[in-house]
Amino acid sequence: MAREELVAVGDAEIEVLRRGAGQPLLLLPGEDMLEADSAFVAGLAERFEVVLPSPPGFGRSTRPDWLSAPGDIAYLCLSLMERLALESVPVIGCSLGGWIAVEMAVRNAARCSRLVLIDPYGVKLGGPTTRDFVDIWQLSPEKVAALKWHDPEHGKRDTATLSDEQLGRMARNHESFARFSWEPYLHNPKLKHLLYRIGVPTLMLWGEQDGIASPDYGRGYAQLIPGATTTAIADAGHYPHLEQPEAVLRRVTEFLG
Amino acid sequence: MRAWHFTEMPYPHYPQDEPATRINLPNKHFDPKIGAELYNRYFDEHMIADQLGLDIMLNEHHQTPSCIDTCAPLSAAILARQTKQARICVLGNPIGHRNDPIRVAEEMAMIDCISRGRLECGFVRGVPYEVYAANTNPTQTGERLWDGVDLVIKAWAPTEAPFNYEGRFWHRRSVNVWPRPYQTPHPQIWITGSSDIETTKRVAERGWVFANFLLPFAKVKPLFDAYRASFVEHGLPGGGGLAYMPLVHTADSEAEADKGAEELRWYLTAPRAEPHFRNPPGYMPVAANVAAIRQAETGGGRVARNASLDQLREQGILICGTPDSVAKQIKRFYDHVGGFDHLLMMDHAGFMNHERTVRAMTLFAREVYPQIKDLPRTTPLRVAPAAAE
Repeated sequence: MAREELVAVGDAEIEVLRRGAGQPLLLLPGEDMLEADSAFVAGLAERFEVVLPSPPGFGRSTRPDWLSAPGDIAYLCLSLMERLALESVPVIGCSLGGWIAVEMAVRNAARCSRLVLIDPYGVKLGGPTTRDFVDIWQLSPEKVAALKWHDPEHGKRDTATLSDEQLGRMARNHESFARFSWEPYLHNPKLKHLLYRIGVPTLMLWGEQDGIASPDYGRGYAQLIPGATTTAIADAGHYPHLEQPEAVLRRVTEFLG
Repeated sequence: MRAWHFTEMPYPHYPQDEPATRINLPNKHFDPKIGAELYNRYFDEHMIADQLGLDIMLNEHHQTPSCIDTCAPLSAAILARQTKQARICVLGNPIGHRNDPIRVAEEMAMIDCISRGRLECGFVRGVPYEVYAANTNPTQTGERLWDGVDLVIKAWAPTEAPFNYEGRFWHRRSVNVWPRPYQTPHPQIWITGSSDIETTKRVAERGWVFANFLLPFAKVKPLFDAYRASFVEHGLPGGGGLAYMPLVHTADSEAEADKGAEELRWYLTAPRAEPHFRNPPGYMPVAANVAAIRQAETGGGRVARNASLDQLREQGILICGTPDSVAKQIKRFYDHVGGFDHLLMMDHAGFMNHERTVRAMTLFAREVYPQIKDLPRTTPLRVAPAAAE
């Protein structure tokens, strides 16, 4: 089976990567698209066939103009699961991918057997002048990295070693993230009221040192999802699965059984 | 050639040790009493420009002491009533950020009527920092500009009945703008650009004025050439023209001119923005962002902020001197870029006082303007093979 392919879904072409073999598992990556070659995914790939779609506008996926929010992307991802005959499989979503996973689950939870959300965005819990999320677009990239990573070294990428094509993809990922989350900032105002529809077991993981959205925010978010449990991951920022892959893998495998 | 008086209406009296001026400078530093004096002084100078036979350009920015004209239509409305002969150019309406193009159409039509047809109506995409104050999605600023201008023009046209508009960014169930503009079919449209050839061509295609600000000769020429070439390809629609804005200071002596030029240079050096505010996500195309990352790797990219007066003059960004010298520099720029029609003069900035500002405007109007007024207007550039005989 192809390890990388472009799948036509509606008017989009979605890049799908696959890692490992076994029971399929859908993993929706974070906005920085760092998962595919991570130790976390390598660990999952020992037990699962990890299916990694790049959301529209990320990686090699096209970005049809009508898409304006993660809720729109959710429809394409549900159609993609249908195309790939992924029925009742575990879904893991990280950060932006977590938000997309929640949008999918409130639309149709049947395709998903269990839901793992790793520092997802998506709902606003505070009032109009409270920042649920640090405004990353008003900070320098260095400051954002310092907030995002427990160890900022993990966030450093030497651009000189990247090809123009790779750099272009990074720049486009960045642009697409803004397209989908600029306003309302990192949330869908209606989503909070739909979380009751998530009828599958849900595990929420949160990096204890996440400087973008606090563990308190994560706990508040989880409380709105019926039966969800929350676990904090020590020595990790916004991407605990990348900073503490072993701890996260342990927790995820326990949960997925 | 028409000459336009322009100031960004700065409020320079803020603590100079603040790290940033655009977007983030706390507004506690604005003293309304000083602000009131400045506004009134700037309008006095606009009135003097009118009396001197100069035209007037206005712009707007937000959340910055470098420009406290936050609402160009308000300024234009005041001047529409108070001035007698100057053309009034709003350059421009940040229509993509306004969220209500129909309201803009109403404002502009009203100003055009009050001034009895003296409005020139510019539209701008807005500089990068503007997305933070307006909160417009930075990945769509270009599309919003063009959709917005199209809607304004449609709204200005005579209707037999209200029309509906259900577009990508705005929805209106009943559009029927009262008043219509004084000028027929509508005021001249202006659009700004600084690098994108495609935008330039699109502006020419429609017979609109293309303007750019504070760019060196070398960058202006290809844009102006593209405009003229496109003019030919599209059968020379009426109107149109090219506009350029340098810093301009005319003085009684070269020494005084340098002093004034130094004060104008404030505009290039004082207003600061944190680097990420200069490049919001999606404002620049992907390829330009890749180029910027590559440039940062090699430590390049520092622009003309530190350029000397001589360097600025050499590039045509600054035009200053005694009247004859100023006229000569304008003609030199004119020849370098293949001609242009509108000299947009940033002839005030920063701390420049009223007396110096008015002296410079007066000298320009009396001794420079007569020397450049009759320079021929933009001529089509015959580069398209189809246009060759």
